[in-house]
Amino acid sequence: MKQKSLLQETENTEKPQWKLSFHLKADDFMPASEEEKQDLVTIRESVNFWQDGIRRFRKNKMGMISLIVVLFMMFFAFVLPYFYPYNYYEQIRGSESLAPFEYSETEKAIMAEGGKVFPHIFGTDTLGRDIMARVMMGSRISLLVGIVASAIILIIGSIYGAIAAYFGGWVDTIMMRIVDIIYTVPDILLIILLSVTLKYPLERLAEMPTFAWINKVGVGLISIFIVFSLLYWVSMARIVRSQVLTLKELEYVAAAKALGASHSRIIRKHLLTNCIGTLIVTTTLQIPSSIFTETFLSFLGLGVSAPMPSLGSLASAALDGLYTYPYRLFAPAITISIIILAFNLLGDGLRDAFDPKLKD
Amino acid sequence: MLKYFVKRAVLAVITIWIVATLTFFLMFLVPGGPFLAEKAPSPATLAALEAKYGLDQPLHIQYKNYMLRLLQGDLGTSLKQRGREVNDIIFTRLPVSAKVGGMAIVVAVVFGVFFGSIAALNRGKWLDNLIVFLSTCGIAIPSFVVSTLLLYFFGVKLEILPTFGLNTTSSYIMPVFALAFYPMSYISRLMRSCMLDVLGQDYMRTARAKGLSQMKALFKHALRNAILPVVTYLGPLLAYALTGSFIVETIFTIPGLGDSFISSITGRDYPLIMGTTIFLAFLIVTMNLLVDIVYKVIDPRINLR
Repeated sequence: MKQKSLLQETENTEKPQWKLSFHLKADDFMPASEEEKQDLVTIRESVNFWQDGIRRFRKNKMGMISLIVVLFMMFFAFVLPYFYPYNYYEQIRGSESLAPFEYSETEKAIMAEGGKVFPHIFGTDTLGRDIMARVMMGSRISLLVGIVASAIILIIGSIYGAIAAYFGGWVDTIMMRIVDIIYTVPDILLIILLSVTLKYPLERLAEMPTFAWINKVGVGLISIFIVFSLLYWVSMARIVRSQVLTLKELEYVAAAKALGASHSRIIRKHLLTNCIGTLIVTTTLQIPSSIFTETFLSFLGLGVSAPMPSLGSLASAALDGLYTYPYRLFAPAITISIIILAFNLLGDGLRDAFDPKLKD
Repeated sequence: MLKYFVKRAVLAVITIWIVATLTFFLMFLVPGGPFLAEKAPSPATLAALEAKYGLDQPLHIQYKNYMLRLLQGDLGTSLKQRGREVNDIIFTRLPVSAKVGGMAIVVAVVFGVFFGSIAALNRGKWLDNLIVFLSTCGIAIPSFVVSTLLLYFFGVKLEILPTFGLNTTSSYIMPVFALAFYPMSYISRLMRSCMLDVLGQDYMRTARAKGLSQMKALFKHALRNAILPVVTYLGPLLAYALTGSFIVETIFTIPGLGDSFISSITGRDYPLIMGTTIFLAFLIVTMNLLVDIVYKVIDPRINLR
């Protein structure tokens, strides 16, 4: 900025007088006039981290489309069910196993009398439940699992990685050795093992009044969360650690230390806030992989418990009637693919915008 | 180098030990212990069984015995298939899964490397865009979706491929493709970015400048260097082929290890669940270790701490 103003000054004065001498011009030391001060004002407003990232993200067509798709899926899963005339557990008598846009006898009778019946867009299942409503609820469960699991991973992974890097030395060595070991544990196997064996003790626990909420969430979901918080945070911890290792050498950390800031304050206010870009990107990319795991388990019958639908359990239920009711498969299968694809692309877009260095 | 191998081997042993210990303690969370069955055995039989398997001993002795048995490769007996040893079940089921999984791994690597290289060589053209688009979709579609859609279109609707079992050669097509779909897409993406990286290197220009043909430069210089990261992916790929087999074998009713694992879960055959878990964990961890060592040997430039 200083150089810029000097340059402008030389341009303004008609004939710059360059002298190779130590005579100082008294003019150079006069207070600046209002006009000169105006020159110092930068032409563009300074851009902070968020504005810069958002501007870059807006230019990314793929990222914007995937953001819109993600928002739409959120609307589809969290808002639309409240306006939809059917709900996911209601068994409509007489409308069992309807094809898409097919009406049952009773519904036809209502329509003949001039009444209005909302069509079953994806048909109904063998118990007479509207599949569209179940797909919406299933998306909600899958999205919730993805987001909650990623939040757990974010919290554990970032704090663990930051502590390991910040303290360094033997603390770092021991903590990262633990990460190395957890990293080599085959995760899917452990998830299956835990959800099989935790089922009974969790059911017992749910019988106690203080833990009644366990039944609401479902034993399968809780074991998924337990495993995520046990195993999946390690890659997040590694990424955060490598960032903090460079950040902690910077002057502002030394300044904060000199001012007497506590370790926890430095980690919270200075180190973690400065790798926010990485945190956002890694968390966003974690969501689809968590959803992937959840639907995988639900498909095998280990995830959410009935009557709660998940996209995985809907697809698995559709498999039984594949010869007679193939359309039941398409809605959950396509929804799950769209959700994962949109989050993947959103994560890529955010990485390009907020954390270009992370791209390998 | 030796230090690195030793470190990795120790890590692998610790991992397997942790998995085995976890399974041992998780077994106690299961109601009724390992002798739970539909017909509850009489107290006398139960006591005899417990004495036979040492379940009347204190916990630490039981743990010691369990670990000693594991070291000898004894994984116990199945509950539902009376009298059959878990080892026996695993080794009759494993060849089936290995065949399907092995074919899927070969398909994934060969086609993944091929598509990735093609995309990189045609950078920015429609072929590249097509491959990038397909592989981006490919890593977003779960294997159970691929399997069920394949089963519906080729098995149910067009009726050109058998929907279950492995009786004919054509019955391998769908399960192998369903299992290979995700890793193939992943490898294409990986290969494309590595290939683009290599093609921009100075030694590629040197190779062309010294008079090598385009083909020779590609195969001798570009492919060899670009394929290295794919080698590191082989470890996770094997783990994927094993866990993916749970889904694919269930859907296509293939009598492999994955199918037996899933039915042991639904049938609550705890010894079989535990045994298969430990066995698969052992397989995955050892293969990961081997892949890392191979990678280190074939690429001496990489300095792994």
